[in-house]
Amino acid sequence: MRAVWTVFRKEVLENLRDRRVIISAFFFGVLLAPVIFGLTITMVSKRAVENQDKPLALAIAGGHLAPNLVQFLRENGVQIEDVELTSDQAMNAVRSNERELVLLISDDYGKALELGEPAPLSLVVDTSNSRTGPSAERAKLLLNAYGHQLAALRLMVRGINASMIDPIGVHTLDVATPAGRALLILGMMTYFCFMSMLVGGFYLAIDTTAGERERHSLEPLLALPIRRAELITGKMLATAAFMSVSLLLTLATFGVVLTFIPLEALGMSANFGPRVVLAIFAVMVTFVPVGAGLMTVVASFTRSNREAQSWLSVVMMLPIAPIMFAVVSGTKPSAALMAVPSLSQHLLATSLMRGDAIPTTHILIGASTTLALGALLVGLAIKLYQREAILG
Amino acid sequence: MIEVEGLQKRFGTVQALQDVSFKAGDGRITGLLGHNGAGKSTTLRILSTVIRANEGRALIDGHDCAQQPLEVRRSLGVLPHASGLYAQLSGRENISYYGELHGLRGVELKRSVDELIEWLNLGAVAERRAKGYSQGERLKVNLARALIHRPQTVILDEPTNGLDVNAVRMLRELIRGLRESGRCVLFSSHVMQEVAALCDDIVIISHGRVVVRGTPAEILTTTGAPDLEEAFVRAAEDGVQGEVQ
Repeated sequence: MRAVWTVFRKEVLENLRDRRVIISAFFFGVLLAPVIFGLTITMVSKRAVENQDKPLALAIAGGHLAPNLVQFLRENGVQIEDVELTSDQAMNAVRSNERELVLLISDDYGKALELGEPAPLSLVVDTSNSRTGPSAERAKLLLNAYGHQLAALRLMVRGINASMIDPIGVHTLDVATPAGRALLILGMMTYFCFMSMLVGGFYLAIDTTAGERERHSLEPLLALPIRRAELITGKMLATAAFMSVSLLLTLATFGVVLTFIPLEALGMSANFGPRVVLAIFAVMVTFVPVGAGLMTVVASFTRSNREAQSWLSVVMMLPIAPIMFAVVSGTKPSAALMAVPSLSQHLLATSLMRGDAIPTTHILIGASTTLALGALLVGLAIKLYQREAILG
Repeated sequence: MIEVEGLQKRFGTVQALQDVSFKAGDGRITGLLGHNGAGKSTTLRILSTVIRANEGRALIDGHDCAQQPLEVRRSLGVLPHASGLYAQLSGRENISYYGELHGLRGVELKRSVDELIEWLNLGAVAERRAKGYSQGERLKVNLARALIHRPQTVILDEPTNGLDVNAVRMLRELIRGLRESGRCVLFSSHVMQEVAALCDDIVIISHGRVVVRGTPAEILTTTGAPDLEEAFVRAAEDGVQGEVQ
């Protein structure tokens, strides 16, 4: 067992001195991921806030044809700009982002209104431009409200109760907790945590086999009076240590970054105090043996550092795939899903951030399946290390 | 002391070793000579217990390479072909790492490392990281690493390959030094002059078979060749013919 400790110590010392390892292990997790994350969220929330507060600006072509409509829009706080555009010109202007929205009032508008036929209006929008989406939505709502008002007036003239045209009244009751609303964004965070955890052990896992071989230091090492199992255990422990530290630093940095992000402006709050950070770490660290084992196993089949790097970059996507799926589809935690490693850590971590109660069975299932798979992969890595082909 | 009897080794469909038998005594330098691909490295890898023979037996100082690999490794120092150092560790740390894995600790470890650093004249560079080392410095640290546990038997696989003249000379002196201290030294080469300059005994291997063995004088007599180089060429050809038959 002393040999395991010796190998572990040497691997840690050697890799701490390697700038390449330090940059990839800690730069990505500690700096890059939280910064990208912080910037994205800040931008998203800023825009949402701006769109709510800003008066809606609407360019209207042919406003003189519909003075009542224009009046209605003005009363509802719309900043109206009268423009002289044909429908082609308007479409080009919106397509080229010169204008966000143009409302076209056709010459037949007044006549159709008189005859009681649907009066033609055209709203030129670009739905592929996410920035103008909320404005278009507000413009549509206002136009519908105007139409509704006209319809009600017509019915009243005919002596019919205006509520005839409201057969149903829908009230949206929003039960999302502030933390829950932040979830889609925070779901991205577990993705970053997994990434930085795997990247943290990336070079060490490669070095265990392909790296030692390429450096021609594997053969003398295997001729030393220690068991190969001890050797690779020490190496994998060092890999696991780098992965764990990288994960912890990333989570801690997220904790700090999130205090600077105006989540409250979005009506969201993230449950991310030191206790939650530690709890998430405890949940996610169970995945470290899986990652270390998987990367070591894959690297042991490769001939060179370069080959190992390209293979591992692909393999790193494997644990991340279920998370991407869960984030996009909004999967809810269940006992069955807890049996899927990486997905279970993601779901548990999101529940922790959300502040939900977590069933103990979920924790047990998640931890035991993940640790079992980890043990399997570590065992496989040890077994593969006994092969003669390991010498290349 | 190395005793090898009837070693055979297959890699898939390739028969790398057909029949390798020889002895290498203490206080002597034994050269394993053969063309590239003759089976030299395979033989040495079996002796250093990193691979196992399919047939035959190899003993290092009385320990069986297949049955007692850990005992074998304790009495064996190995300098494989193109042996690499850990670039981020200093020379001293590289040597100490191997010492620790051999079970040396504390004062004993430090004394062993210091002795080797002094013997190999590494004092000036021992504290520097290995990535900046010259060829000769790398070789010395490699050798120190292989000798840290004072092995009785030392195996060197093509140690002079790619070295400049000065480094080769230095290495020869070091190998003679090992012989003086009563060690058993086995080293492989495909260069006849190399072996002739240094060895007490020569084992010529060709296509996985030992074709001739003995002292340089004995080999000249057996093959009837005027010089060792001719003897090597003839012996290697015999090996080919033996295989054809």
